[in-house]
Amino acid sequence: MSVLTQIGEWFDRRLQLAAPIREAAEHRVPRNTASWWYVFGSAALAVFALQVVTGILLALIYVPSANEAWNSLQALNHDVTLGWFIRALHGWGSNFMVAIVLIHMVQVFLFGAYKFPRELTWIIGVFLLLMTFGMAFSGQVLRFDQDAYWGLGIGASITSRMPLIGPFAVKLLLGGPIIAGATLSRFFALHVFVIPGMLIGFVCLHLLMVLKLGINEWPMPGRVVKRATYIGEYHELTKSDGEPFVPYAIWKDLFFAAAVLLAVAACAVYFGPFGPTGKPDPTIIQTAPRPDYFFLWLYAVLSFLPPSLETPALLIGPVVVIVILILLPFLSGEGEKSWRRRPIAVLTILLTAVALGTFTRLAVFAPWSPHMNAWSGDPVPERFLRGTSALERQGALVFQVKQCRNCHSLGELGGQRGPSLDSVAVRLTQDQLIRQVIQGGGNMPAYGKNLSPAETTALVAFLTTLHPAGQGPARDAARDFVLGNSQQTSPAPRP
Amino acid sequence: MPNETISRRGLFMKLGILFNGLVAAGLAIPVVRFLLSSITRGNANAYLSWVALGRVSEFPEGETRLATFRNPYVMPADGKTVDTACWVRRVEGEQFQVFAVNCAHLGCPVRWFPQSGLFMCPCHGGAYYRDGSRASGPPERGLFEYPYKVENGLVTIQAGELPTPGASAALFGKKTSCPS
Repeated sequence: MSVLTQIGEWFDRRLQLAAPIREAAEHRVPRNTASWWYVFGSAALAVFALQVVTGILLALIYVPSANEAWNSLQALNHDVTLGWFIRALHGWGSNFMVAIVLIHMVQVFLFGAYKFPRELTWIIGVFLLLMTFGMAFSGQVLRFDQDAYWGLGIGASITSRMPLIGPFAVKLLLGGPIIAGATLSRFFALHVFVIPGMLIGFVCLHLLMVLKLGINEWPMPGRVVKRATYIGEYHELTKSDGEPFVPYAIWKDLFFAAAVLLAVAACAVYFGPFGPTGKPDPTIIQTAPRPDYFFLWLYAVLSFLPPSLETPALLIGPVVVIVILILLPFLSGEGEKSWRRRPIAVLTILLTAVALGTFTRLAVFAPWSPHMNAWSGDPVPERFLRGTSALERQGALVFQVKQCRNCHSLGELGGQRGPSLDSVAVRLTQDQLIRQVIQGGGNMPAYGKNLSPAETTALVAFLTTLHPAGQGPARDAARDFVLGNSQQTSPAPRP
Repeated sequence: MPNETISRRGLFMKLGILFNGLVAAGLAIPVVRFLLSSITRGNANAYLSWVALGRVSEFPEGETRLATFRNPYVMPADGKTVDTACWVRRVEGEQFQVFAVNCAHLGCPVRWFPQSGLFMCPCHGGAYYRDGSRASGPPERGLFEYPYKVENGLVTIQAGELPTPGASAALFGKKTSCPS
């Protein structure tokens, strides 16, 4: 007997772990679950392990103090050997983890794996998803920069809308009356102790149930889950058409996990770490905070909700979604597992994916945000000024100086908050333009108090020139009829 | 099971559990009080206090200027986060309006554009008129206003809490409605 085996046996006589581990590894799984579709759970676990390791490495340098956090991140980026790489691994690891957890959930949903007897596995999975989001948000806070600071402000603003307890919940969240040192410290405690501790515990339960209940078999259309017969059928399946998990199925998990870790490392090397952006100094207000990518869709939704719906949607929406996710296995615990026989399930996934994708894409451009510097940065394109009168040029100046460009684009430059004004004269008559400028409306502020009559006249004169070459400006036919065409003050269409 | 007898060991085990429960409950009181201290302290508005922004003469009449102040409640590790900005509008004489920079929608910092007389928010496009009332965009109300007073030629405001849309505190309760 070799020395190594002897040492192994010495330990196992005391630990007695070899037998249960071998039993777990060699438990029989249905042959067709050895599929590339069944690798996302283990990949999420692999990325989680990477996050734990890189997180501990970062904690060797990071200082969880509002005064020092930003500087310690700069030190990691620039002074500590490969500090930038560990930060990049951790940052990209978090992006990958959110993505893989979501893909895993979609796969489980489409394969009907949440049905009897795996309801609790699913419910714990829902909590794991919530904790993953909790880690993502709290991690963003620990990168204590401008985005983190104002992101906390957004979190506090949402929290404050809770009826009755709102203001107290804000102080509990922030650890005080304002976003300050105590806020960072409590998010550090959440990110490093509380949530990871719960995550590890829940992951263990999640895995234990996968072992005890068996991996979900490949769903076959027509093979219907019934509470009375399912367990027997599953055991029959693993007996007649099963193989030991190790090594029959695990090699795909291993390959995919390694590929994902390699992809994280490649992103880390190529794109580098995230931020930190500007210092978390609340007196620097020249900033346009943006959330990390997994919360961008929320950022977009918050700009589209009508004001009256916002508070109910923010407070009730998440609760409804979580309750539906938790109730799902009880509402459809039996029946068809195959996505081929579950069109509503497939449509739900498609609709959710398209909605989240669209909102995320919109949030990248943020057309609802004014371009704060457009009025001083983007000059009125020359072609809009060719052949114009002195009054109209004065109007173009008013247009620029009064920051109209922050919300309205001209020649594709400027904000997209309001409509593009390239051909506004075709849409609005002169009177309508005057009314819109002075009184506002339709989400435009009223400028009546900020424009002198002369400025308004000049501005509207300029706006009435904004129409395509072959198309005249809109005119009020009734007014033309009463006053005669000669009273029409808009200039003739330009050649 | 009315006639069930309890063994001596069984009784001791139950007493042991009871003993642990009592100790846990006793320890829970300070733990919970510690956890909730950030709320309970604020109950009596202990966080609020009057802070000076500058001399009246630093704020020209009819203009809106950015001012900064140090939050009255400071902890050792707060760093720059306790330095806060606010917009000071001197209407005329000693009549002021002091606005929080935090948008009434979700708290992003609004910027003042004197030429168009608007505060604009870079996040979701909220806009406010020069008097802080809502002009357009997602906010449900006007900008948050700090209570102010002029003392010995100094503009002072009552500050100390992050203004949030749900703040029930007397501080930011006043709603500035849309004038239209």
